[in-house]
Amino acid sequence: MSVDPRVLPAALSGEVRLPEKLAGVESVRSVRTPIRLEYDFIPGAASAGYLNAFADRKILGQRSPVDGAVFVPPRGVDPRHGAATPDYVELPDTGHVGGFCVTRLPIPGRDDLEIPYVSAWIHLDGADVGFLGLVAGIDTSEVRMGMRVRAVWKPDDQLGRTAENILHWAPTGEPDVPVDAAGTNAWHAKQAAGSGERA
Amino acid sequence: MRDVAVVSVAQRQTKALTDTTEVELMVPIINEARGAVGLTQDDIGFTCSGSSDFLAGQAFSFVHTLDAVGAVPPISESHVEMDGAWALYEAWVKLQMGGVDTALVYSYGKSSPGSLKDVLCTQLDPYYLGPLWPDAFAMAALQARIMLESGAVSEQRLAEIAVRSLNGAVGNPLAVRSSAAATIDSVLAEAPVADPLRPSDCAASADGGVAVVLAAGDRARELCERPAWITGIDHRIDPHQPGVRDLTRAPSAHKAAAEAGVGADRLDAAELAAPFTTQEHILEVELGLGPQTAVNAAGGALAGHTMMAAGLMRIATAARHIHEGRADRVLGHGASGLFLQQNLVCVMEGE
Repeated sequence: MSVDPRVLPAALSGEVRLPEKLAGVESVRSVRTPIRLEYDFIPGAASAGYLNAFADRKILGQRSPVDGAVFVPPRGVDPRHGAATPDYVELPDTGHVGGFCVTRLPIPGRDDLEIPYVSAWIHLDGADVGFLGLVAGIDTSEVRMGMRVRAVWKPDDQLGRTAENILHWAPTGEPDVPVDAAGTNAWHAKQAAGSGERA
Repeated sequence: MRDVAVVSVAQRQTKALTDTTEVELMVPIINEARGAVGLTQDDIGFTCSGSSDFLAGQAFSFVHTLDAVGAVPPISESHVEMDGAWALYEAWVKLQMGGVDTALVYSYGKSSPGSLKDVLCTQLDPYYLGPLWPDAFAMAALQARIMLESGAVSEQRLAEIAVRSLNGAVGNPLAVRSSAAATIDSVLAEAPVADPLRPSDCAASADGGVAVVLAAGDRARELCERPAWITGIDHRIDPHQPGVRDLTRAPSAHKAAAEAGVGADRLDAAELAAPFTTQEHILEVELGLGPQTAVNAAGGALAGHTMMAAGLMRIATAARHIHEGRADRVLGHGASGLFLQQNLVCVMEGE
C-alpha cells in the first residue's frame, strides 16, 4: 500500500495536549539561537606580498611557471594547473576596462558611494586576468569596454597595506583598446594560438 | 567488485599554519601525491575532497581550494562537508561504478584562525544543545566521567593510551606533540583541563592537509609497487541525540568494523582517529583489536589532530605501512560528530 506523503503520520497529526498549568500559554513558533564565532584571518604568503606592496603604491601579480600568464591579485597558484607561482611581477597602475556594470542601488554601509556607480573588471597592462575596481571621473553613460584607465590613489599619508588605497579608476583619454583585444579576449586568443585548443 | 587500492599518499601537519592559506597548503601536497606516481590532473578520473567551511569561516571555501588542484580543462569533482575519509569512500564508490580508473582524494583543516572548541558547537542541534554552547572539552569530559564511574575504563588505562601516543610520536614529523619521557605517573600528575580529562587525554590540535591517489585493478599495479588494496570499507552512524546513546559505547564503529571484515584475519596495524583517549579506548573495544595489532604506533590522532582531515590521514598512514612493506593487513579509521557518532573503517591489504 502506498503512503500519501501529503498526509501527516498519525503520531504527528493529533492535537498537542499541554499540561493544565500551561493552558492558554502562547505556543513557541520559533526560537532564536544567535551564533557568533570570531576568526583571525591570515592572508597567506601571496596575498600578504600583494597587500604589503600597496603601502608603496605598487600592484603585484604573480607569473605562472607553466606559460608565463600573469595573475592579479596573486593567490600563490596558477588555478588552471594547480601550480605554485612563487615569482612576483610588478604591474603598472594603468590598464583598460574589460567589462563593466552600472549599479543604481545603494550598498548598505557604503554611504560614500554615489549612485549610480560603475563596477568594472580592470585589466592592468601586463596582466592576463582582470580584477574588480570602481570607475569614476566620467559620466556612467560614457563608460565602455576597452576604455583606458589609471588608478586614482589615496594621498601618501593615508596609504595602508590595503587595496582600499585605490579610490577608483579614472579614464586616461588614450585611444580605446579594440573590443576583440579587450578583457580576456586577447588572452584567450593567445592561449588558443599556443595550444590549438581553446577559442 | 573492482579491486581498488591506495597507491600514493602525501600529508603535512603542523601546530598552526599562520602564514599559509588552505590553497597554499594544498598545492605542494596534491602535487606530491600525484607526482609520486607520475600522474597529472589530466590522468585523474575523479576528484573528491572533504573539509568544513565552519573552520575556514568562509562560505564555499572548498571551492576556492580547487585552485590547488587545477580544474582546466574542467574536471569531474565532488566535495563532502565531512572528514576526508568520507571523500575517499565516495571516490571508492565512483571507482566501483566503473568508467574511471583513478581518483584524487584530499582533505584539509585549518582550525587555528578560530576557536575549535566553540566551532564544534555548531554541530549540535540548534534548539536544545546548541544554545548552551557547551565547549568540546566539556562534552568529552561528560563522556569520560560516565566511562570512569561505570567502570568502562580506568584512569590507568587512559594514561596508558596517552603515554603510547606521546612515546610513539617521538621522531614522527607529522606529530605536533610527543615526549620520550612521558610515563603513566607523569600523565596522571597532570592537572585536568576538563575534569576528568587531562591535557594528554585530549588530542593536540593541528593544522594540515592530506592527499591520496586511488587506482583500480591493473592501473594500481602499474602505478605502485605494493598497492594497499581496500578489501573492506564501511561507515555507520549512531543517533545525533546523545541522550539516547550509551556513551560508553560506539555501536556504529562496531558495525562498520564487522561490515568491513576487520575480524576476518590477523590485523598488523590500526590507525584510529579518536580525538580523546577515552574514545581511542572505545574504538579498540568496538573494533575488537587485540595485542597482535599495533594501534597508532607513531602517536596517531592524539599526537596531532587536524579537524576534517584526521580520518583520511589515518587511512593514508595505514596505507603507507603496506606501501613500505611494514605490514600486510591494516586498518584506517575516521570519525565524525559528537562522541564518535559516525565511524568509517577501511581495511587494506598488501599482496
